[in-house]
Amino acid sequence: MKLSTLLTSAALALGVAGGAYADAHEKTKVGFVFVGPVGDGGWTYEHNQGRLAVEKEFGDAVETVFVESVAEGPDSERVMTQMALDGADLIFTTSFGYMDPTINIAAKFPDVKFEHATGYKRADNVSTYSARFYEGRAIQGHIAGKMTKSNIIGYIGSFPIPEVIRGINSAYIHAKKVNPDVEFKIVWAYTWFDPAKEADAAKVLIEQGADVILQHTDSTAPQAAAQEAGNVITFGQASDMAQYAPSPRVSSIIDNWAPYYIARTKAVMDGTWESKDTWDGIGAGMVSIGEISDAVPADVKEEALALKASIADGSYHPFTGPLKKQDGSDFLAEGETADDGTLAGMNFYVEGIKGDIPK
Amino acid sequence: MDLSVINPVLFVAGFLVAATPLIFAALGELVVERSGVLNLGVEGMMIIGAICGFATAVETGSPILGFFAAAVGGAVLSLLFAFLTQITLANQVASGLALTLFGLGFSALLGQRYVGVKPPRLAEVNFGPLHDIPVLGPVLFSHDIILYLGLVLVAAVWAGLKFTRAGLVLRAVGENHDAAHALGYKVVRIRTLAIMFGGACAGLGGAYISLIRVPQWTEGMTAGVGWIALALVVFASWKPWRLLLGAYLFGGITQLQLNLQGAGVAIPVEYLAMSPYVITILVLVVLSADKNAAPASLGRTFHASS
Repeated sequence: MKLSTLLTSAALALGVAGGAYADAHEKTKVGFVFVGPVGDGGWTYEHNQGRLAVEKEFGDAVETVFVESVAEGPDSERVMTQMALDGADLIFTTSFGYMDPTINIAAKFPDVKFEHATGYKRADNVSTYSARFYEGRAIQGHIAGKMTKSNIIGYIGSFPIPEVIRGINSAYIHAKKVNPDVEFKIVWAYTWFDPAKEADAAKVLIEQGADVILQHTDSTAPQAAAQEAGNVITFGQASDMAQYAPSPRVSSIIDNWAPYYIARTKAVMDGTWESKDTWDGIGAGMVSIGEISDAVPADVKEEALALKASIADGSYHPFTGPLKKQDGSDFLAEGETADDGTLAGMNFYVEGIKGDIPK
Repeated sequence: MDLSVINPVLFVAGFLVAATPLIFAALGELVVERSGVLNLGVEGMMIIGAICGFATAVETGSPILGFFAAAVGGAVLSLLFAFLTQITLANQVASGLALTLFGLGFSALLGQRYVGVKPPRLAEVNFGPLHDIPVLGPVLFSHDIILYLGLVLVAAVWAGLKFTRAGLVLRAVGENHDAAHALGYKVVRIRTLAIMFGGACAGLGGAYISLIRVPQWTEGMTAGVGWIALALVVFASWKPWRLLLGAYLFGGITQLQLNLQGAGVAIPVEYLAMSPYVITILVLVVLSADKNAAPASLGRTFHASS
């Protein structure tokens, strides 16, 4: 009791001191919590590019801080608390596993604005944002289905969360559409960033006959493993990974966070920030498709670009019926498209994918 | 489920490769701990070895020179730890953790120019006709020289600790540094050499990840192997052959679970994913149930005046 009182008053004193400090300086302080190192060449790299864009846009008016390689779960609460105590006005937490910690810490610091990437829990001072990566997955699936010769496509998943499952479904639907014989082999790595393990997963899939590797983990290791094996194609994940072009990397999904980060920082500066959910895709520019390399036949490239254009202008939705779930029950009727709520909580495979989703 | 898609030859060859970084790092730490020093900086020395080896191999075009540089890099970094703990008598746990943090940061700085570069390939050892033996050939005789070096090193450390005078002295220092000192052995010098050996081994293990297993440079790419190596030393009760067994179990089950997932085996993936840790710990704990083999002076600071 005594100790906790002491700690609380110490925290309060710090908070007051921090608050006073925040008043005294005019800079807006923006914090970023990263799940991997900024040099991962993938997911965290792109978030850091967004951070640098904020610095460039506002110059001396902002100060940004970041902590990299923060474990998902309780440890991230410590990092967020420290940032808030240090006077951050806005904190971006950039991985799914920070969802509950973000909500917890946001409740303790009502004056600090939080932005959580890829989650679905919001509060008065917590917004969520994500990108419609599954739109890019549709294009990958199309190219993969067209280009595979063994008809086996390997997929390295990170964690069985809706975002990853959505990507698998979207890729599978579009691969199956152009190649009815296609089969997906899915391996869960249970990590976002572990190059050695990601490379091992890629090697195992290649040994089992896959000649296309799709990854939903953050490092470029699967690209290196594919290059080593030869005759395997891959796609850049989260970042362009152009250093592996033109082959094995034949295209990529690039996350472009900069416009969003700049807009939200601006909103905090202007005092117009409010809690909301943002989910943008190719059309709004939050997802871009990296250059499709010459390793892809010209006609496939053309189809892929047409698919991209139709998704961008909204005339085509990657989840358009008729579609069934894996268990054979109806998912979408002819012409029906999936609503955002269904997509956000997606926890089932579509018909044709083998294996179970880990619970 | 279709187990026939798993090629046993490729699987075994794969796990030998996957276990090698762990063998190097854990073996180095084993020698360090047998001399009575706890160095928690394995992860930091590995990642420094990974980038030193990678950069040198890329610049010179020679992977062997790369591995040499990795060993030197790891050993040099470990000297920092030796200085802190043996000369200034700093706390070993804190110094080791600092070494890991420093190594991770410093390697990121060194490696900025090497992201996305493809390293030169280390050729397989030419065993002549042995390579053509069915099954055994591809499994045992189609690897690079460093993998075999790891196995030779395990045997050498085992024999060195058990049969040589130097090994006896090292163990004496680890069991009771005051007694060893009283007998006239240079405790600090012996421990410094052991720490450097540990650093060199960790460096080799790191370079094996960046030059052969992945092969590429990415910041933070060792991703915790150093910590697994530390745990392995304890669970192997500071014995080289058990350590080898543990590393193969861990590497083997890690590969196996990926293979089983790919083959669509109906075991829940959560159990598969945790199986390497659980099974390795179980087996080694059962094996070491006989006695507590920790070096008696492990982690204690030594000064000649005490």
